[in-house]
Amino acid sequence: MMVRWLLRGALVTAFALHCAAGHAQQAVRPQPLKSGLDFTGPEVRELQHDDFANPGMLWISRGEALWQEAAGPGRKSCAGCHGEAKTGMQGVATRYPRIDEGSARLINLEGRIQQCRESRQQAEPFKYESAELLALTAYVAQQSRGMPMSVAIDWQNRHNFEAGRAMYYRRMGQMNLSCAQCHQDNWGRKLGPETISQGHGVAYPIYRLEWQTMGSLHRRFRSCLSGVRAELMPQGSPEFLDLELYLAWRAGNLPIETPGVRR
Amino acid sequence: MTARIQVPAKAKRGEVIEIRIAIQHPMETGFRFDDGGRAIPKNVVNQLVCRYNGVEIFRAEMGSGIAANPFLDFFTVAEASGELVFDWVDDQGQTGSERAALTVTG
Amino acid sequence: MLKNFTRRNFLARLLTVFAWPFTQTRAADAPAESVEVMLLKVTGGARVEAGRVKLELPLLADNGNSVSLKVSIDSPMTPQNYVKSIHLYGPRNPRPNIANFYLGPRAGRAQVSTRVRLGGSQRVLAVAALSDGTFWSASADVVVTLSACYDAT
Repeated sequence: MMVRWLLRGALVTAFALHCAAGHAQQAVRPQPLKSGLDFTGPEVRELQHDDFANPGMLWISRGEALWQEAAGPGRKSCAGCHGEAKTGMQGVATRYPRIDEGSARLINLEGRIQQCRESRQQAEPFKYESAELLALTAYVAQQSRGMPMSVAIDWQNRHNFEAGRAMYYRRMGQMNLSCAQCHQDNWGRKLGPETISQGHGVAYPIYRLEWQTMGSLHRRFRSCLSGVRAELMPQGSPEFLDLELYLAWRAGNLPIETPGVRR
Repeated sequence: MTARIQVPAKAKRGEVIEIRIAIQHPMETGFRFDDGGRAIPKNVVNQLVCRYNGVEIFRAEMGSGIAANPFLDFFTVAEASGELVFDWVDDQGQTGSERAALTVTG
Repeated sequence: MLKNFTRRNFLARLLTVFAWPFTQTRAADAPAESVEVMLLKVTGGARVEAGRVKLELPLLADNGNSVSLKVSIDSPMTPQNYVKSIHLYGPRNPRPNIANFYLGPRAGRAQVSTRVRLGGSQRVLAVAALSDGTFWSASADVVVTLSACYDAT
């Protein structure tokens, strides 16, 4: 009888310790925090740092024009409400994704721009991954270039954070790999000819040489998922938003780099 | 076509100046297929001409071997104040044009 | 078919079956005009000397879709002595003639930078035609690899 109690106690303690250890192990940032640029060749670094040669700047130019463009029946432009992007949008990208007060749901920068377009400008929202949405998102995010990410996890978005973290550590696809296995456990090591990065999202939207065009973070998620032969969720899906929040937290205080260039 | 050009606003007579141009264009090779399995037709910016006060100072004939969103960086001698005009055309006949003013002193 | 089935013609048929994969060429594999033939159109048969041209490319490309290239020629660029044109070739590209640049004495400096597509590891060639009728060249070896992960997007 005594032995049974002792055994039960030991098992419960062991289980509790296991859970605690697992919990503490999972909510970690890579150390030291490194930008994706540290894992590319010098050519990609040079391209990103050259404000003219950076191909992403072509989308920034478009974004700059769209910011001033009147839209919808009220002929409102982004500038009409927000003023000059340089001042009005400074620091904004560092706080996304965040909880949208109206819907109490997680929303990212792309989602916020679409929401503004639809509800405030009463205009047709731009489709995810469209040239216009990429241009505007990149333009807005660029106004926070160099500023550290500052996404806070609180009672409102904790369940999103947990869901994002769970997905990050979940094995997926035919290859049965999780994000963490590459980007948390093996960053800095080689995968074929490439060096695995820590997988942060601070440079997005990016000009990806592989895509030969500008693309969103959610498109990059889809690329990774296809890489492990997992099912792809659509851009803007709740799973990707949760994952984006986890990544935003995981990036710590890394500075925004938009428009980034990656291979 | 969205394009960006970089030309110095001012230069001294006889100075060699650097000119840069970036054009937003997919430079479709003709070797890609869409999701339906159909070949996407070739369409590249095949010619770009830069004229300085009406005189051609640089011409590029390009093919699918030039990367998407073509970028060119070349030089010219600053001779007289005036305008640099860039004109380009793709396989589908779409044209693009940009111009920049240049003030030459001395 | 079985009526004329002798050992000899069976062996002959077997040989044809095995030879088949090597006799087919897909359209994509059909050899493009070779670089030599293309160069002939530029040089008219004149000798192409190695030298005076500097071709800068990374040793290892981040991605074959976009590789930064800089070509420069040692030339005074005077009306008496200048670079007329620069021709770029990627022999392993499906269309080897990557680009041609036409300069002149007003260029001031015979230097052009751009970004090229390379369809595999290869030796890229740059040929410059000078105003005095001579041709000079340089080449650079670039290693181009495929992306580590398949991207279905």
